Amino acid sequence: MMRLLNFLFPARTTSASIAKERLKIVLAHERAGSKAPDFLPKLQKELIDVVGRYVEIRDDMIRVNLGQAGGTSMLEINIEIEGAKAKNPPPIGGLAAASSPAGGSRNHGSRPKRR
Amino acid sequence: MSLICGEGDREEFLAKVVVVTSGKGGVGKTTTSAAFAAGLALRGHKTVVIDFDVGLRNLDLIMGCERRVVFDFINVINGDANLNQALIRDKRNDNLYIFPTSQTRDKDALKREGVERVLDELKQQFDYIVCDSPAGIEHGAITALYFADSAVIVTNPEVSSVRDSDRIIGILSSRSRRAERNDPPVEIQLLLTRYDPGRVARGEMLTVEDVGEILSIPLLGVIPESESVLRASNTGTPIVFDEESAAGRAYLDAVARFLGEQREMRFVEPERRGFFRLLFGRA
Repeated sequence: MMRLLNFLFPARTTSASIAKERLKIVLAHERAGSKAPDFLPKLQKELIDVVGRYVEIRDDMIRVNLGQAGGTSMLEINIEIEGAKAKNPPPIGGLAAASSPAGGSRNHGSRPKRR
Repeated sequence: MSLICGEGDREEFLAKVVVVTSGKGGVGKTTTSAAFAAGLALRGHKTVVIDFDVGLRNLDLIMGCERRVVFDFINVINGDANLNQALIRDKRNDNLYIFPTSQTRDKDALKREGVERVLDELKQQFDYIVCDSPAGIEHGAITALYFADSAVIVTNPEVSSVRDSDRIIGILSSRSRRAERNDPPVEIQLLLTRYDPGRVARGEMLTVEDVGEILSIPLLGVIPESESVLRASNTGTPIVFDEESAAGRAYLDAVARFLGEQREMRFVEPERRGFFRLLFGRA
């Protein structure tokens, strides 16, 4: 009788279609991960430096991802600034030389760092 | 060394190294290696099938020659035996040879330079060298795929197998010798095994199209789930020698496609059953 019911009212999502969707997502992620260019960490670091000149942010408030959307690669940058306090921008040309109070290790923007 | 080369046209034909690999274990690599090598031999190609699963020798059992093993792959690599002492000629087909591996627990016994030397020597005598890879992505599996010209990716229509296949495809295209040397890439093809058309029709199993789309490599063949495969392994007979078996015929089709023939995919539709049995019957 179950067979008759299944036949007359097929379930909309089969387990096979769930399997396919899950695989597509996990593999898109893993393929991107294995092919992630090694400039991503450095890009993230420099973004923190630049944004950090204008607002106070923590390192973990900027996320850089290389993703896939349809057939195209997508560089996704999320910057979280909610509740961040605005700073006085440093004088043009001063850049890293200007002593930034939030500074510490972030000021050396172009440190060559490769994995 | 008295090798059986010297047939004038051998130099014209470049011997091909075919790796049978999957990442995941238990999907049918050894069954496929045995069937594929036997299929190539049946088509008249001189073929050797090598067991790369050092420490877990099983190809000899599947090929039914376990009692004839004297010397093995590692003995030849280490120079303790020559090639012709270790090669086992199949009793069913004169074109088919088995090269068993060792039971040693030394994981690093497979040295890349040694393997290369042995493969070069085999290329003098054989048309096809089929490498039965161990599961995983460790030393043995990497060594098995490193020298490949072609790869047969054995995949089950199941999530973990598809994921691992994807991983091994990535490794083939980045870490094989062809990739390292910027030669034309390894020819990678998909062999979908343990396919159950009935379950596919009921939406319980990934379809061949699904797996092909996800892995995006050309399809070499679909092997239906079949009781005859266990029967064949019980008796140590490569499945292609069982002419009754749907799986055996599907393997022969795959071999024909591998050799460049066009063949329609068989065994991908469920067997037809009466309307009444479809509604109320149990298989």
